[in-house]
Amino acid sequence: MSAAASSDAPGNGWTGIAPVLLSAALFAWFLSLGPQVAAGETLRLAVPWVPSLGLELAFAIDGLALAFALMISGIGIAVMLHAHFYLRGDRHFGRFLLFMMSFMLSMLGLVLADDLILLFVFWELTTITSYLLIGYGHDSAKSRRSALQALFVTGAGGLAFLAGAILIGIATGSTSISELLAGDGLTDHALYLPILILVLAGAFTKSAQYPFHFWLPNAMAAPTPVSAFLHSATMVKAGVYLMARLHPALSGTDVWFWALTIAGAVTAVLASLLALRQTDLKQALAYTTLMALGTLTLLLGQSTGYAITAFATFLIVHALYKAALFLLVANIDHGTGTRDATLLGGLGRAMPFTALAAMLSALSMAGLPPFLGFIGKELMYAGVENAPTWPEFIGASLVLANALMVAVAAVVAFKPFWRPPGGPLPAEPHEAPWGMWAGPLVLAILATVLGIFPAVVQSLVVTPTVDSLLQDPAEAKELKLWAGVNLALILSGVTVGLGLLIYLLHQPLRRMIARIDEATFSLDGNWDRFLDGLIGLATWQTRVLQNGRLKSYMSITFLTLLVAMAAPMIVYGVWEIPTSLDAPNWIEAAIVLLILAGIALVILTSSRIAAIAGLGVVGVSVALVFIINGAPDVAITQLLVETLVVVLVAVAMLRLPFLTPERRPATDALLALGVGTVVTLTLFAVLAAPIDRRLTDFFELASYTEAYGRNIVNVILVDFRALDTFGEIAVVAVAALSAVALLRGVRGGGK
Amino acid sequence: MEPLIAIAIWALVSASVWLMLSGTMLRYLFGLILISNAANLVIFTSGRLTEGAPPLIPGSESAPLTVVANALPQALVLTAIVIGFGLFAFALVLIFRAWTELKTLEHDEMRLAEPREDGK
Repeated sequence: MSAAASSDAPGNGWTGIAPVLLSAALFAWFLSLGPQVAAGETLRLAVPWVPSLGLELAFAIDGLALAFALMISGIGIAVMLHAHFYLRGDRHFGRFLLFMMSFMLSMLGLVLADDLILLFVFWELTTITSYLLIGYGHDSAKSRRSALQALFVTGAGGLAFLAGAILIGIATGSTSISELLAGDGLTDHALYLPILILVLAGAFTKSAQYPFHFWLPNAMAAPTPVSAFLHSATMVKAGVYLMARLHPALSGTDVWFWALTIAGAVTAVLASLLALRQTDLKQALAYTTLMALGTLTLLLGQSTGYAITAFATFLIVHALYKAALFLLVANIDHGTGTRDATLLGGLGRAMPFTALAAMLSALSMAGLPPFLGFIGKELMYAGVENAPTWPEFIGASLVLANALMVAVAAVVAFKPFWRPPGGPLPAEPHEAPWGMWAGPLVLAILATVLGIFPAVVQSLVVTPTVDSLLQDPAEAKELKLWAGVNLALILSGVTVGLGLLIYLLHQPLRRMIARIDEATFSLDGNWDRFLDGLIGLATWQTRVLQNGRLKSYMSITFLTLLVAMAAPMIVYGVWEIPTSLDAPNWIEAAIVLLILAGIALVILTSSRIAAIAGLGVVGVSVALVFIINGAPDVAITQLLVETLVVVLVAVAMLRLPFLTPERRPATDALLALGVGTVVTLTLFAVLAAPIDRRLTDFFELASYTEAYGRNIVNVILVDFRALDTFGEIAVVAVAALSAVALLRGVRGGGK
Repeated sequence: MEPLIAIAIWALVSASVWLMLSGTMLRYLFGLILISNAANLVIFTSGRLTEGAPPLIPGSESAPLTVVANALPQALVLTAIVIGFGLFAFALVLIFRAWTELKTLEHDEMRLAEPREDGK
């Protein structure tokens, strides 16, 4: 991000400090709730929202929610402070702050929501703010692509989650999370499998589990404070949060275990390998975030005290070191102008505070004592011993992923500071302003201090979280640095040894992984093809449906009419065909024969005059029908209009070309006869049903008594329904005006 | 005479759909005229037919004494006839204007707004 530019640019004033203070205030408030929650209480707040749907703005703070809330607001302090300096003088800084604060509040809403629908609303808000923040550098096509990709992938997952939430609502009769967790769980319900698939689809896309992981590294197009906050410490953990939140209701089955274990293990190992492949420090960190998300998912697959304790611990550990490292990479970028691991080196002296913070964070990431990372890793390994099935698979995945973490930690935080540079740097290295290293340094020191005094984390976060997930605080294992010589310690030793070996060999390994990576299928590589395909499909569909041909539109319209009228008749079996005809008198038969003859003339002739004559015959015959059936007014109007129609057509014909015979497909005839038949059948059905004469009776009685008219039809038109008649006049007037406008421009004068 | 009218309606609707699916605007216009007639007859017939008894109130009465034809569909049809005429007149002028500008009545060849993609 080039915005990390010259320090003589105008500052951001005090606006940038407000978010820091807000985050700090929120953090302090959540911290003050700690003792209550640690005592096993759940704090609730509910305001009616959509009472008709039983939806409430319900919030609940239990151990798990508080852990996340502390993480979000706490990391928020460091990130907001950093951004204030990092984006100094940025033109859109106000916009940036708006997005960041919206995100932070949405994320807090997400973890505090006590209703699945409410959770979904916040979930989508984080998706949208993430989209806006990834696309913050909107003048770059890459940013826009990445932003859209993240929006599509997590948005689609969000919809799946919504469907899952609705199914849960159907299954339990409520979308309240408290009620769900207080119930017997859903594992025996008939809808369990669809619910699980939909919820996991949402969680896996949000938390970037394989094979949906590709959007997260691309999301690094965002400014680095955003990456540190959203795409490492908080938003991507929303999926993990959802799985943890629903853990009591959904876990314990084989499907749950295998889905989470396999997705988590594959993501963790694959991501750590790809992390090693990166030369861009920020990209490398992005992949290690994937590794962490995979590990958290893997741990949630199990229900043992060890696994869940390790989950809670690693959640905090990762947030502390990863947010710090991201911010420090921004400092390196700021101080040297590059993030290329192959170039960077020897920064330790020029950037002492950054180097110190990076070293502490990296040691925690590598899982070395006495850092909190070490405790997290020991707990994971201890969990392996107690894993219900396939401990070898889980153990091997964890050891490999952690060893790679050691190597990546060295690449990111050791090599740039203490090894000689690999080439000339774009700028003379210099330390970042205090606000950019203070936050990460505090986070790094926390990772150290909390490692030495783990009881704070234990009582404030870990035990309450375990209580939330397993409903038993006694299941929480003790966080301690020294647990004696056991399997976990041996695995730790193996991990560190393997990690150092990988670090020493990381250059050739990087080339090898890059070759394999490029040769294999990736969803990201096919993303553009997928989008092109989608657009192609839309274009094709538009061309088929909106092809600009009147005949297609008419065919579709009539076909729809045919189906819409025929389907109910077939479904409800309404067939009313009159079986007996009253003996028709010769006048009626003659009129109908005239109509048929007129129609035949119009259809069959290519002579325009004959066609006009046919139309005239039909029009006059219809007027005759009106006359003999007691509708003289209608008949008069019909005669008048028919005369005008014939006259106008005849006049127009003087200037219009001759008709030519045309070849028509048989389907036209079929469609025409079909529509005629369903209309007639519908009329029969109407005639067979009893008529409702209430309105007619009203008009007959009220016509004279209320409107003083003896011609009931006229009274209806000019009195009872006068407004309709006025509308009708307006329509005719508009038609006449339009006709005049159309005729005005005709060459050689109008009619 | 309802079944007889129904036969006429069947023929009218079929013929007008056939004409409106034609490639020539003039035949389309004929179809439009016929389908207006068909629609009016459907509304009129749905209100039941009563021969030779117009809905009028005799001079000395305040309501019809005997059964008279249903006034409601008549009012509706009257409105429909006039509106149908407005539509027809506008369509006719539009076709006329299209002919003077484009020199064709085949609507597939009227491609001023959407030129052929193959450039023909």
